Amino acid sequence: MPPESQQLKNSIGIVEIKSFTFAAPPNEMTLECGAKLGPITLAYETYGTLNAAKSNAIVVSHTLSMDAHAAGYHPDDKKPGWWEEMIGPGKAFDTNKYFMICANVLGGCKGSTGPSSVNPKTGKPYGSSFPIVTIGDMVDTQRKLIQHLGIKKILCLAGGSMGGLQALEWVVSYPDDVASVIAIAANMRQTAQQIALHEVMRQAIMTDPDWNGGDYYGKKIPARGLALARMMGHITYMSDQSMEEKFGRKLFEKNKFDYNLSAEFEVENYLKQRGDNFVKRFDANSYLYISKALDYFDLAQGQDAAKVFKNVKANFLVITFTSDWLYPSYQSKEMVKALKASDIDVSYCEVASSYGHDAFLVEVKGQSHLIEHYLSRIQREVDHGK
Amino acid sequence: MENNKEIRFDHKVIVDLIKPNSRVLDLGCGNGELLELLKINKSVKGTGVEIDENAIYNCIEKGITISHGNIDTGLIDYGTKRFDYVILNESLQQVLHPQKVILESLRVGKNVIVNIPNFCHIEGRLQIFFKGRVPMTKELPYEWFDTPNLRFLSLKDFRRFCRVNGIVIEKEIPLGYKNIIGFLPNLFARSGLYLLSKQ
Repeated sequence: MPPESQQLKNSIGIVEIKSFTFAAPPNEMTLECGAKLGPITLAYETYGTLNAAKSNAIVVSHTLSMDAHAAGYHPDDKKPGWWEEMIGPGKAFDTNKYFMICANVLGGCKGSTGPSSVNPKTGKPYGSSFPIVTIGDMVDTQRKLIQHLGIKKILCLAGGSMGGLQALEWVVSYPDDVASVIAIAANMRQTAQQIALHEVMRQAIMTDPDWNGGDYYGKKIPARGLALARMMGHITYMSDQSMEEKFGRKLFEKNKFDYNLSAEFEVENYLKQRGDNFVKRFDANSYLYISKALDYFDLAQGQDAAKVFKNVKANFLVITFTSDWLYPSYQSKEMVKALKASDIDVSYCEVASSYGHDAFLVEVKGQSHLIEHYLSRIQREVDHGK
Repeated sequence: MENNKEIRFDHKVIVDLIKPNSRVLDLGCGNGELLELLKINKSVKGTGVEIDENAIYNCIEKGITISHGNIDTGLIDYGTKRFDYVILNESLQQVLHPQKVILESLRVGKNVIVNIPNFCHIEGRLQIFFKGRVPMTKELPYEWFDTPNLRFLSLKDFRRFCRVNGIVIEKEIPLGYKNIIGFLPNLFARSGLYLLSKQ
């Protein structure tokens, strides 16, 4: 169903998905794991207009389960992109001022090359023969896209969660690429707790007999496993308080217990619905690969955290949320500390919110205020050559 | 001063103390007025630390670099002599460990500017003597049960503190509402502004 005119009013409107293909054999890209991959396609969307000086580009990177569709509506969509409330005319990422780019990550399943893509060598989907990708590989591919668009200096790299990790990886790997970074609910390395949660999600998928060693394309998909992984994920995105407020002990479509093993509570039903919906739009192998990419993420690579940013010159805005236990504030504060140790201009705000990790998608007001004014300042400083 | 808004007298005195193009850390910077003034008038490279979330929003709106956190733990992040000035403008009396904060400030800054409300101003002394109650003045407007101030001191107390801790008072500027107090400052100054250093 197409979007209604009211929905389009404060939106960038109808957007289209584009794609960029590179690294065709024999010029395959060498990944961090050593494997060669090519051709590589990245699906991406852009909003706003790139100015003549190509100095107003902002790259937004997405989370584990999102895609290139960050804002606006596809012609047949009732629902907008995942950061619609933050990206658009007059919004925090003001498309009247900035040229926004969002690409589906390498390993994804929404138009970019990933395990569900067809391997040109075999004519079949890669499945688990797809090489392991890292956050660094995701950055390297997006960097190719930026170069393809003729952008030499990015005004700002922005993202929450895994999107924030990509921004951080980018600025550390290529410090001259970027004037500023907005890292939301992001840390410098994945922790044992995060890895553990990912592993449980992966096991949910891989122990589903329908996963079939990753070879399920054209057959029955591992729907139960993927739905279970997503249910698990949703628990980590909420907080104790937000779950209590949203569901409490309410029962789903009934007033008293049936005293059996069925899903009776509203929270159970919610998770089930989220799991089932997710299966319709996401590939199980992509979930495995992207969660694994997260686990490998460690900016310091085991070395001294204080030295991570020693070559970085960009300006930073770091945002966290009080109730986020998946990416707790103290981890971002360690990053702020490392940034300060390297004499980097960094602003930090811990936004009070009960929404848990999800806050970066729903706490629009505070974030918008911070981001809108921060970007104006960065634009001003870049324009004055500071 | 290029700003049209009426500038607080203490801000004006602090701005005059600071050399152009300095690096400044303002601890407990509130809505960032002082840092904004310093940016406009002295082209400083400024950073603030502030505990209040709404104040953070106001600072970002002014284009100021700001860190959300408390003064007691916020200093450890910075390298030695990273700043030319560390400012504690009417915030020292609100910290849990003032001695540690001052000494840490002197580690990260070449100079420290401290402004403390004078608890022994004559108005307060008269209130204690005649009313028999803990004083409430314009500088110390809080009831005992809701005051953010944890420390109550006079200019004399602060001078003694500096002597004991090996801190050099390079300048003492006793402040009234809109003037500098030359006569019996410990009795007539509303607050004491200090420029400090340490070997």
